[in-house]
Amino acid sequence: MLAFILRRLLQAVLVMVTVAFIAFMLFQFVGDPVSQILGQDATAEQVAEVRAALGLDRPVWVQFGHFLYNAVQGEFGMSLRQGTPVATLIAERFPATLELALVAAALALLVGIPLGVYTALRRGSALSQVFMTLSLLGVSLPTFLIGIVLILIFSVQLGWFPSFGRGEVVHIGGWTTGLLTLQGWHHLVLPAITLAIFQLTLIMRLVRAEMLEVLRTDYIKFARARGLSDRAVHFGHALKNTLVPVMTITGLQLGGLIAFAIITETVFQWPGMGLLFIQAVTFADIPVMAAYLCLIALIFVVINLIVDLLYFVVDPRLRVDHASGH
Amino acid sequence: MKTTLFKWLDSDVGHSFRSSPAALFAAAIALVCGLAALFAPWVAPHNPFDLATLDLNNARLPPVWYPEGQWTFLLGTDGQGRDILSALIYGARISLFVGLISVLLSVLLGVTLGLLAGYLGGWVDALLMRLCDVMLSFPAILIALLIAGIGHTLFPNAHEALAFGVLIAAITLTGWVQYARTVRGSTLVERQKEYVQAARVIGVSSLAIMRRHVLPNVLGPVLVLATIQVATAIITEATLSFLGVGAPPTSPSLGTLIRIGNDYLFSGEWWITIFPGLVLVLIALSVNLLGDWLRDALNPRLR
Repeated sequence: MLAFILRRLLQAVLVMVTVAFIAFMLFQFVGDPVSQILGQDATAEQVAEVRAALGLDRPVWVQFGHFLYNAVQGEFGMSLRQGTPVATLIAERFPATLELALVAAALALLVGIPLGVYTALRRGSALSQVFMTLSLLGVSLPTFLIGIVLILIFSVQLGWFPSFGRGEVVHIGGWTTGLLTLQGWHHLVLPAITLAIFQLTLIMRLVRAEMLEVLRTDYIKFARARGLSDRAVHFGHALKNTLVPVMTITGLQLGGLIAFAIITETVFQWPGMGLLFIQAVTFADIPVMAAYLCLIALIFVVINLIVDLLYFVVDPRLRVDHASGH
Repeated sequence: MKTTLFKWLDSDVGHSFRSSPAALFAAAIALVCGLAALFAPWVAPHNPFDLATLDLNNARLPPVWYPEGQWTFLLGTDGQGRDILSALIYGARISLFVGLISVLLSVLLGVTLGLLAGYLGGWVDALLMRLCDVMLSFPAILIALLIAGIGHTLFPNAHEALAFGVLIAAITLTGWVQYARTVRGSTLVERQKEYVQAARVIGVSSLAIMRRHVLPNVLGPVLVLATIQVATAIITEATLSFLGVGAPPTSPSLGTLIRIGNDYLFSGEWWITIFPGLVLVLIALSVNLLGDWLRDALNPRLR
């Protein structure tokens, strides 16, 4: 198990260094900082001076090392467009994205698991058929289209929910939250649903498939033979055993939610990191792009590591198999 | 041509095709969209790219069933007086083109790398599979978005061909992983079989064995995967275009049309954005249904 964790850690570090290198190369290839500082008609001496001051005359590997050193401390320089440090910008936007992703994840789980259980237990019923057909539609619908349709129906036509922004937010230290105001929740409804629908259908289909699998096993038959109630068999034995893969996928999907938030945030003008990234791409704001790249990679690597470790915590069979395997 | 079609309809797969309403429905939709896209210049009632025919007096006309609607513009017009139906047909043409080309390229790349990894083994295999692991731990759309974003930044004022090149590269480079994994798996199995060993004994080169003997035997699952991936590729393209890092506005795909239409949503002109969205969903849904059917039809265990 220790060897497994070490191997995963090494892989994680490799991924981070690779992503950091890509981010670093962005700085190398896009734009020339020297001509931006000095303008067109600078003498050769001036250029050399500025290059030396910026450290551009040193070998690429030394520059990369310097970049890594700064990146580890969260130092990515100034945003070209807004003139503020990138770290500050990201810190401002991070709470919005995290709140959106967490609420969407909760929604997907709270609706997805019961629907999955229902469609598995009442396999032939008309309602199950409806849910399954809708879920196929949910997989085929692109996220941004769901958002647009929701805005059209609930904001433009019915006027029930606002279509952009976070509404009123409360500042707690460096953190801004919309979860403490009624208006904040009001603004959160449509974006959260938009972000949740794809994950919801995924979780529902997964729970259904796992439930059907488990319900066929011998220990469920035995539990029935012992005369346990349906309720005890379904929820005490079957559901509990389906939750291991569901947990894994959900863990991985949390990262997916933060990534898909780019699309949702663009549709709803939600002031999160995703919107920041898309605006950075449009304006070629390299420091912001580089920082976002590194941050999102870090989030994914950490989530993957945690999910890997959770496997061992949750499923005792894995520990036994692994121990006997060596 | 005709006889092969009849033969196919009479075969096992053809039979399961005829008896599946979902497959028939999906094939009909895909056929209509495909033909309309292919013959866009003849099918479309107007040429949406000919600026001379655009008239601002015709701007923002609703579809024909509204009182202000006109028969010349069946599905209404956009903010510049462009016919929505024609823009749709040309948009679907671009979306399908980008989707099919990127799937084709990722199949080529993935199958080649998968064959090499599976047949050669060793460090080639280890390196490629680590790369696959890493890429699969990120959502595909995120990787495509990052590649497209970086491409967008590197060539800010790219002309059309380059913009499409970046777009296709972004989708291709995220799609190959699945093929590589599948092909590597089946290659590992095939490599052990006697016909491969026999070929090796009589001195056939590794390259020829991979191409002539292993390749035909590992392509089955790739076909199913590729069908489903066409839908994914089209949705990825639309998403990138919607976010502004995809198809250039001068030759709008369905995603670009939705992006443009999104600005008119609040003034009530829903048709500018909803019709392209509807076509996108129809195409994606029908391709998904076809892929599902193909997977079941080619899997003998399910018969």
